Amino acid sequence: MSTISAPDIASGRLAPEDYRANFGDIHPPLDRHQALVESDRCYFCYDAPCVAACPTSIDIPLFIRQIRTENPKGAAETILSQNILGGMCARVCPTETLCEEACVREAAEGKPVKIGLLQRFATDVLMETGEQPFVRAPSTGRRVAVVGAGPAGLAAAHRLAMHGHDVVIYDARPKPGGLNEYGIAAYKAPDGFAGAEVDFILSIGGITVENGKALGRDIALSELRGAYDAVFLGMGLAGVNALGLDGEELPGAEDAVDYIGRLRQTDDLAALPVGRRIVVIGGGMTAVDVAVQSRRLGAEEVTIVYRRDRAAMGASAYEQELAATDGVVIRHNAQPLRLVTEGGRVTGVVFERTRSEAGALAATGETFTLPADMVFKAIGQKLVPAAFEEPGAALTLKGGKIAVDEERRTTLSGVWAGGDCAATGEDLTVAAVADGRIAAESIHRALSAA
Amino acid sequence: MADLRTEFVGIKSPNPFWLASAPPTDKAYNVVRAYKEGWGGVVWKTLGEDGPPVVNVSGPRYGAMHAGDRRLVGLNNIELITDRPLEINLQEIKQVKRDWPDRALVVSLMVPCVEESWKAILKRVEETEADGVELNFGCPHGMSERGMGSAVGQVPEYIEMVARWCKTHTRMPVIVKLTPNITDIRYPARAAKAGGADAVSLINTVSSIIGVDIDTFAPLPTIDGKGSHGGYCGPAVKPIALNMTAEIARDRETRGLPISGIGGVTTWRDAVEFMALGAGTVQVCTAAMTYGFRIVKDMIEGLSQYMDERGFRSVEEIVGRAVPNVTDWQYLNLNYVAKAKIDQDLCIECGRCHIACEDTSHQAITSMKDGKRHFEVIDEECVGCNLCVSVCPVEDCITMVPQTAGVDPRTGLANDRPYANWTTHPNNPMARPAAEVVAEPAE
Ligand SMILES: Cc1cc2nc3c(=O)[nH]c(=O)nc-3n(C[C@H](O)[C@H](O)[C@H](O)COP(=O)(O)OP(=O)(O)OC[C@H]3O[C@@H](n4cnc5c(N)ncnc54)[C@H](O)[C@@H]3O)c2cc1C
Ligand SMILES: Cc1cc2nc3c(=O)[nH]c(=O)nc-3n(C[C@H](O)[C@H](O)[C@H](O)COP(=O)(O)O)c2cc1C
Ligand code: SF4
Ligand code: SF4
Ligand code: SF4
Repeated sequence: MSTISAPDIASGRLAPEDYRANFGDIHPPLDRHQALVESDRCYFCYDAPCVAACPTSIDIPLFIRQIRTENPKGAAETILSQNILGGMCARVCPTETLCEEACVREAAEGKPVKIGLLQRFATDVLMETGEQPFVRAPSTGRRVAVVGAGPAGLAAAHRLAMHGHDVVIYDARPKPGGLNEYGIAAYKAPDGFAGAEVDFILSIGGITVENGKALGRDIALSELRGAYDAVFLGMGLAGVNALGLDGEELPGAEDAVDYIGRLRQTDDLAALPVGRRIVVIGGGMTAVDVAVQSRRLGAEEVTIVYRRDRAAMGASAYEQELAATDGVVIRHNAQPLRLVTEGGRVTGVVFERTRSEAGALAATGETFTLPADMVFKAIGQKLVPAAFEEPGAALTLKGGKIAVDEERRTTLSGVWAGGDCAATGEDLTVAAVADGRIAAESIHRALSAA
Repeated sequence: MADLRTEFVGIKSPNPFWLASAPPTDKAYNVVRAYKEGWGGVVWKTLGEDGPPVVNVSGPRYGAMHAGDRRLVGLNNIELITDRPLEINLQEIKQVKRDWPDRALVVSLMVPCVEESWKAILKRVEETEADGVELNFGCPHGMSERGMGSAVGQVPEYIEMVARWCKTHTRMPVIVKLTPNITDIRYPARAAKAGGADAVSLINTVSSIIGVDIDTFAPLPTIDGKGSHGGYCGPAVKPIALNMTAEIARDRETRGLPISGIGGVTTWRDAVEFMALGAGTVQVCTAAMTYGFRIVKDMIEGLSQYMDERGFRSVEEIVGRAVPNVTDWQYLNLNYVAKAKIDQDLCIECGRCHIACEDTSHQAITSMKDGKRHFEVIDEECVGCNLCVSVCPVEDCITMVPQTAGVDPRTGLANDRPYANWTTHPNNPMARPAAEVVAEPAE
């Protein structure tokens, strides 16, 4: 049995230059020469598998060819016409499980074309010009309300604005961007890229953003349905799953997404306190992100504990490797049994080893304790239906998310939904963008027909 | 290590790899470095008449054509013959030949079309004890405007006349270097032979504009806003040079005339190809200008390995080996059938074969099978054109398989029909009765 010591939580663990290095671009951008060399590797495949693997179906061979023929702005337009958040997706997409996994050069040599980095190269060139490549169609006089200024809402708003509709986005938080602004790991999108991209998207015109306005608190769905010609819900997953253990509300235990949000919003990383010993509970992208960022803030021992085996982890092999490279220890097949508390705060976690038996998880009865100055809960977010539940106008849910059809229509007429809050694809930025665009096109068709 | 020694029109060299007359052979400094790396011989950068040397531009004189990864596949130049004084060149040639007696040293010449001029320069070259001379009738830019270079090479009568003067005024072997900027290479080659030349070398550079600057709207390379056509060389011209080499090798009149093959030789394989089509030695310029003299090591090693593996005891055994297989289209076997076949284990499913065949050939490759991405040749449609093989990014993934038995599902005809060519084909209005036909007129 290990002895539980007093919590060691401190800020300023590192020298200033270490913070800069640790939270700078994790994948430095390609320069012109590198982009030309890399773009040369693309075979311009027919019916390219990479395109099929991209949730937003960007014409990848075409944009790469445009880079090769030294037309990066044209390349950016190709990207953005399918995915207006192409710049952020280039930074945060797990390309190793999407386009790059499907690239034929992965099959050929285990070295896919660096699609993500090429996409970033092209979109960076365009964004540096400050130009908005798309123009609004003449105003239709139709008004659409969008709830949530995350990737789904922004993508929907941009496409609707392009078609000449007037859009108002309501978002509960003080800044637009959703998890791009508050959730994505800091080193994936440094230098205020999320904010710059929002400005870029809004520069098409016809979009008003109302921050600090929460559905279910400041506005009601019925109001929106009455005041607007259509409503798009893209409010993500505002709730977090609880461990269901005593003491999880005490200091020392913290929700990972909240902590990352603070990390993303701080002006001074050195001022952000971090524990010396960290335990992260979970096995997804959030678990890896909070673990790696803790290490990079100066935490000495960071352990991710996941209840199932390695193969079942939500974090990709690449992300697990990133965590390992950053000195994070990942332990599999152990579930939290009890939080150790001392003096009104959490100081450790007792885990029980598990075994996967015929698909089900079985407890072994064997336990171990990890002392911790901070315990991060990263076992998933969930939808908060209270935000839109109203008597007589209920949205059908599916697996805890809003049920939608192919066109992202909900069961409530005039209401569409997409992104993490909807029961569509994976919870990824790019999938949210795809939903937003698909929903916007459906809304546009509906409004044009009416 | 195979025996790579060659004897070309009496000139001995330890291997068949010579540097062509060009910047790599402009002065003793370069040539000595080349010999040190192992080059078998050099043709010294073309010398002109005594007197004030020519003047080159002081701006860009090269332009390039790049393939993937900026690999240089074509080079274009507007350089003239040597711009150094004749006397200095001659002194250096003499010294270098003395220091490197086992290497070939041929001197390239270009003087006005006047017998006295040729006579005078030949005398001076003889004094250096160089192994031979090469008459530069090929340079397509600059010098040609002054009635030299390709201006001579394009008129067979001039070639014959100058070759004869040279044979009259020197005991050294005379090689005539041909320009490709003509319609039929056999005429200048025949003229060289008629004039008594010991050999021809080819090709010199191809007249070209390598590109246009689309911002300034001037040809490349641009000299103060203007450009002039240049001479094109490098890997991209190899097919042109191979064809011309073969044409001379199989021409009734020039058959047996020694040939030094030039144009795009970059690897030992290129060299073997030139030799197989009749070249006794090869000359290299662009490859050396791209990678430096060191590449000759790969050429020597590769050729040696190849000869050992194939059991060739001398380079001579390779020379001309492919010539009997070069024929006219009309004698090709129209009953020969081949079909493309995709090795599914090697296929990376890029789909390029499909779209190439679908859009521009014979719709003979699938893109789907049982609802899955799958590329397979449809024998009923495949005409065996080789386009898919050409565009596939994976080596040997698609092969052309000769069909020797059964029936061709495309035509319904047997695959084992005997040889028959166009000369007897029923669709040919000029067809001769089958009985008269032979594979190719025997000589
Ligand atoms: C820590 C973390 C790291 C991640 N890393 C990656 C990554 O690297 N790559 C990747 O592809 N994906 C990543 N994801 C997933 C990705 O961020 C989401 O899938 C994506 O942001 C979903 O977009 P969205 O627009 O549906 O929702 P969100 O981005 O969550 O945006 C929803 C917006 O709605 C607002 N909102 C919520 N409730 C209300 C309400 N009641 N009224 C008004 N507004 C409301 C929120 O304030 C927010 O701005 C990560 C997620 C997390 C949590
Ligand atoms: C810059 C340059 C200068 C050349 N100068 C001469 C020359 O002076 N005399 C000559 O006979 N050929 C000259 N050539 C032609 C080369 O000798 C050779 O015939 C041609 O480059 C084709 O060979 P390659 O493809 O190996 O370069 C020159 C070529 C280049 C690139
Ligand atoms: S699969 Fe790879 S090579 Fe093919 S088009 Fe896509 S990026 Fe290019
Ligand atoms: S050989 Fe020609 S016709 Fe046959 S499959 Fe290939 S491209 Fe098509
Ligand atoms: S071109 Fe080659 S690798 Fe590509 S699909 Fe065809 S056979 Fe396969």
